[in-house]
Amino acid sequence: MKSSVIVFPGSNCDRDVAVALKKMQFNNQMVWHKETSLPKSDLIVIPGGFSYGDYLRSGAIAGKSLIIDEVIKAANSGCFVLGICNGFQILTETGLLRGTLLRNESLKFINKDINIKVINNKTKFSSKYKLNQVLKLNIAHNEGNYFTDKNHLDELKNENLIAFKYCDKNGNISVKSNPNGALENIAGIYNSKKNILGMMPHPERMVDSIISNTDGVNIFSSLMV
Amino acid sequence: MKINNDIIEQHGLKLDEYESIKKLLKRNPNLLELGIFSAMWNEHCSYKSSKIHLKKLPTIGEQVIQGPGENAGVIDIGDEDAIIFKIESHNHPSYIEPYQGAATGVGGILRDVFTMGARPIALLNSIHFGSPSHPKTKSLLNGVVSGIGGYGNCIGIPTVAGETKFNETYNENILVNAMAVGHAKKNKIFYSKAKGVNKAVVYVGSKTGRDGIHGASMASAEFDENSEEKKPTVQVGDPFTEKLLLEACLELMRDSSIIAIQDMGAAGLTSSSVEMASKGSLGIELELDKVPCREEKMTPYEMMLSESQERMLIILEDGKEEHAREIFKKWDLDFVVIGKTTSSQKLVLKYHNKIEAEIPLDALSSKAPLYNRKWSKKRLSKNKIEIKKLKKIKLEDALIKVLSSPNHSNKSWITDQYDQMVMCDTVNRSGSDAAIIRIHNKDKAIAVSVDSSANYCKSHPLTGGKQIVCENWRNLIAVGAKPLAITNCMNFGNPENQEIMGEFAECLIGIKEACEFLNYPVVSGNVSFYNGTNKKNIFPTPVIGGVGLINNLKKYQTHNFKMETSNIILIGKSFGHLEQSCFLKEVYSIIEGRPPEINLTNEKNNGECVLSLINKNLVLSAHDISSGGLITALSEMCIGSSIGIKVEKPKKLTNINEYFFGEDQGRYILEIEQKNLSEVEKIIKKNNIYYENVGITQKDYFEIKGEMKIDVNDLFKINNHWYNNY
Repeated sequence: MKSSVIVFPGSNCDRDVAVALKKMQFNNQMVWHKETSLPKSDLIVIPGGFSYGDYLRSGAIAGKSLIIDEVIKAANSGCFVLGICNGFQILTETGLLRGTLLRNESLKFINKDINIKVINNKTKFSSKYKLNQVLKLNIAHNEGNYFTDKNHLDELKNENLIAFKYCDKNGNISVKSNPNGALENIAGIYNSKKNILGMMPHPERMVDSIISNTDGVNIFSSLMV
Repeated sequence: MKINNDIIEQHGLKLDEYESIKKLLKRNPNLLELGIFSAMWNEHCSYKSSKIHLKKLPTIGEQVIQGPGENAGVIDIGDEDAIIFKIESHNHPSYIEPYQGAATGVGGILRDVFTMGARPIALLNSIHFGSPSHPKTKSLLNGVVSGIGGYGNCIGIPTVAGETKFNETYNENILVNAMAVGHAKKNKIFYSKAKGVNKAVVYVGSKTGRDGIHGASMASAEFDENSEEKKPTVQVGDPFTEKLLLEACLELMRDSSIIAIQDMGAAGLTSSSVEMASKGSLGIELELDKVPCREEKMTPYEMMLSESQERMLIILEDGKEEHAREIFKKWDLDFVVIGKTTSSQKLVLKYHNKIEAEIPLDALSSKAPLYNRKWSKKRLSKNKIEIKKLKKIKLEDALIKVLSSPNHSNKSWITDQYDQMVMCDTVNRSGSDAAIIRIHNKDKAIAVSVDSSANYCKSHPLTGGKQIVCENWRNLIAVGAKPLAITNCMNFGNPENQEIMGEFAECLIGIKEACEFLNYPVVSGNVSFYNGTNKKNIFPTPVIGGVGLINNLKKYQTHNFKMETSNIILIGKSFGHLEQSCFLKEVYSIIEGRPPEINLTNEKNNGECVLSLINKNLVLSAHDISSGGLITALSEMCIGSSIGIKVEKPKKLTNINEYFFGEDQGRYILEIEQKNLSEVEKIIKKNNIYYENVGITQKDYFEIKGEMKIDVNDLFKINNHWYNNY
């Protein structure tokens, strides 16, 4: 499978996700933000980091960059798109995903290992996970507090578009297991066609047992099925 | 403008120093020239009070590629790999403006490391605040921690280890020391020495603004009640631009375009241009009209003394200009040829086609003042503390006091604000004795730790100096690393005070003796004097940052217990030294007496024996014993794992608190699987190392037979509540 990782000025998880993709046998290319065309890709990854220094609003400037038009075109024609952390924020800025990421409730940057629950395992991104499986991933963000309006929240629920919810290690979803104040503990969502996934936790940080664990592997390897 | 005594004083120069300037120039300097002298001759840049002492430090060894004198130190870690690292202080700006002060401290030290061709792979810090009850402490702590995180998180380099301490000696002068560690290929290291005449001098990075003017001079003076007015001398950081600068520099470094490169740190354009040309025994000529400026109508004086961040000076090989320009254009950074190297051995500054300054370079470097300041020795304290006469306290209650104290509480409130995992090579995160960072794409790693012991150093600087080196060495050993080299940040009071100068000189002798004995050379460092307000000096606080090598990632070690029913042994002798201990401080508010003695021979033998046991895969977990003694170290091993331990009291026990809270040096706790115990004991005995069997790990409870029994979950809570309630 072919993948492209978009590199913005200020992206800083681009190498990490490229390493993970390579490990999962993707044929990956890095794509600079000033490019005006995308190489043929089955998967486009928008990595984490601080694109354009988070100036204006995290993800806002990247959402208007040259390459993003191509990403939108590809996404609309069915290409798989994965936005991680700042990538998720960028996807909400482009409108490819709805809702927004607010400042963490604690008003502090948070980096720690957290647990999330697989809410839908019938997508191309999650088919190798079990339903309700509890994963341990790592978060690192200032703005991860997902918010959306009631209509959209109903839509997310009715169409099974919530990908992951923050939980404790036993799978309980509660205020206590919510690290950033996200609406209904939402950690990741799909678009209605389920070819776009945005998530705050970093799956690429959990693909190597020497560093952490391998709970993030299936996000990438499910796509290979 | 006519230069009078007031102007000289405002520039931080003494009148006799001004006389020397006139002699060196053979005329009166103009204001611009005076500013340049002040920037180069201040303590921060010239090391005029410290140089003769620093020369005594051991700086060579087969592991050393580059010692002090460059932007950072470079060591060899085998194969084609080199590690480049340095620690630096940003104390004064952080007290005035904590967020920006701390952030630019991180930014500055990162530039020192990537200037030399390294990709930074880890950040560490050592931060010291006044008493938690001091009205400023809370906001300073908040500001510094968010500043460190704000910079490191954005640029995408993990902040992996550090120390945070509270002591009222820092009430009016906090310490913020930042350390950066980078990885480079051994044959791709870049230096700051200019070579060749008529080579293009290129300015890259951010534009120059009016921020940070005279920052280095500010860092060379004591604070007083008007210090808040110095806010404009604090620089403003932009980690986003630094990320671009990092990538652009590393891209240009892939080929052979660069002759020399230097970041514009303290004293900005002045020190970078002077240092590059002086090192190469050349001259340098700059056309200031070409300097990219952020603000209108900036004067040559402002341009030369600005400490705007995220800027570099590069001397390029002939014909590489267009190639280099393309790279910086790609990253949207300024790239301007602002001058050339000459053979004049002078710094010449032109503005509007007029020569505005002309100074022989040796006057700014080799002929800068050098002081052999008076210093006095400190004797060991003769105050004996009668431990037996102190009011009795139950062991359990004392332990709770220690574990819940600000200095010993779990620091996850802080470390959770730092991205510790970005770059995906952090094997062991904050909390253990040292952090472990994998070399990208390899099976080896480095271990890094920063340490300080201000109370010990205040009590007896010579012993304190030795102790921090040893503790740092021990922290690397405890994770299974071979300690290679250190960087040091010397935070002291006013060097013009004989006693303070003595603290400095003696701490350095202690550091020197320990480093020599342990083959642990100093490859880079920084001196920060004048830490104090209104003649009240801080405790001497040398901070040591050490780097060690783990050749095989299968053999690293952590401090949390791994299983129940394993044997716990204590390496090294316990004498029950409680003077200057955390026990006396937290339980009785006594900070008196001598620091624990250092026996370098035992230190080395014990450490080498522990390392060999870890390398033989005979150890399940390892922890060094430091502040808080045996009982605190054991608690930390329980808390990290949720496994308990049953400890047998030694039969011949004079005083239970001395045994459990004593801070005798050179000691480690090792967890050994039962089946390996006899083999381990055999090796230890063969090496003539003193050891004791302390107890056996068990489920759920930390128990000392006949004394106390605490649920490990309760220990966790005791250790975790302070920050969240502060």
